[in-house]
Amino acid sequence: MRGNPHAHQLIAPGSLSAVLELMAAAPSEWTPIAGGTELMVAHAAGRLASRKLISLWGIPDLRFITLNPDTIVVGAATTFRDLRAHSGIATHLPLLAKSASWIGSIANQSRATIGGNLVNGSPAADSSPALLVYDAEIELVSVRGTRRIPYAQFHTNYKRNIMAPDELLYAIHLPLRFAHHRQYLRKVGTRRAMAISKVALAATALLEDGFIREIRLAAASLAAFPTRLYRTESALLGQRVDTNVFQPARTALLGEVTPIDDIRSSAEYRVRVAANLLEEFLKEMQSPECVA
Amino acid sequence: MSDGCPTIRFTVNGQDVAVETLPMKRLLDVLREDLHLTGTKEGCGEGECGSCSVRMNGELVNSCLIPVLQAEGAAIQTVEGLAINGELHPLQKAFLQCGGAQCGICTPGMLMAATQLLAINPHPSMPEIREGLAGNLCRCTGFTRIFESVVSAASADTSNLQAQADHAR
Repeated sequence: MRGNPHAHQLIAPGSLSAVLELMAAAPSEWTPIAGGTELMVAHAAGRLASRKLISLWGIPDLRFITLNPDTIVVGAATTFRDLRAHSGIATHLPLLAKSASWIGSIANQSRATIGGNLVNGSPAADSSPALLVYDAEIELVSVRGTRRIPYAQFHTNYKRNIMAPDELLYAIHLPLRFAHHRQYLRKVGTRRAMAISKVALAATALLEDGFIREIRLAAASLAAFPTRLYRTESALLGQRVDTNVFQPARTALLGEVTPIDDIRSSAEYRVRVAANLLEEFLKEMQSPECVA
Repeated sequence: MSDGCPTIRFTVNGQDVAVETLPMKRLLDVLREDLHLTGTKEGCGEGECGSCSVRMNGELVNSCLIPVLQAEGAAIQTVEGLAINGELHPLQKAFLQCGGAQCGICTPGMLMAATQLLAINPHPSMPEIREGLAGNLCRCTGFTRIFESVVSAASADTSNLQAQADHAR
């Protein structure tokens, strides 16, 4: 433990409104902390820059899953364990349930929150590819009110996002209109538990008479932040799903992604595996069975 | 800078505790240093190894990643809370019988993860045991015997297990 608990203030106002008021009074001064699975690691290593932290743990207004007729709304401080345990998520958003199941370990899933995963903004964030292909919207809140934006516009650069200093991530809105879509999600890491992804690819696509009428592709660990693969989507949209699309799809993907070499993998490996995952999804689409 | 030390109250193994300490002190350090419950171990200190696993409000957590302020009002169970009046918990007996411990550093965390698993799934399959303990690393290569210990405990008297789980709440 290289961190010094004397060096950091931590308060727990206990309600969303109290947190927002403190953040409005001194924007940029407070760092929200939910389950601590990211910030406490930095603290232990002595590299937690934030001096003033404000706890979001135990605030019921931020930890909820609401099932509406056409959406599911997930509070930002909902844990991955909450997501795994929710039958509505399992039924309507199987890719999100799947990604929640492979984040860290059980002990991490008890504490890590979906909002923390997004705000932390790791290029490898496990929940991001699923949220991107489900067309999630995020809702931000501050004393000034709330605003909603497509999650695909949330990340702006490596660990950067569009939030203002006085804003909190409040909730994630997920439309329930993917029941007839082919759905795909696969993470490639060194081990099933605890491994940060080398590559992850998610997809939702609507097929009509063998043609791709709608498609969303998203990846983790292939760029500076989790992102949709718009150019690869364009290359596939309107195409008939047969072996003829494999090569153009690969080419589009290779031209679009910008992975890095790092401790976990090489850029070359990431690109190849990503292309293989895409081909796996396309092959699955050729079969009549819907494979999630 | 901190604003001084608040008093943080929670329960550990059913006992009320009040600790005057820094809010950012890790629950792990409070357990070991302030409460002298040294059964909970520190391995990696970054949530990867599970040595510091405890149960908090019925969920498995890594105590190295919890600022103690976030334990305010919580019910914590540590490895010291497994045995009742000197009578070992069925999991502890099974670990002894099956050779589920070698150097012992991972053992408290393994026991807590296994306790959590059996609390929600009294008769887990081998894949479920592997998943339940996947966040707990043993570097003595003892995983097979650890898994066997959990199987053995799960097939022991389950009413006894339930009674112990209730006691720990």
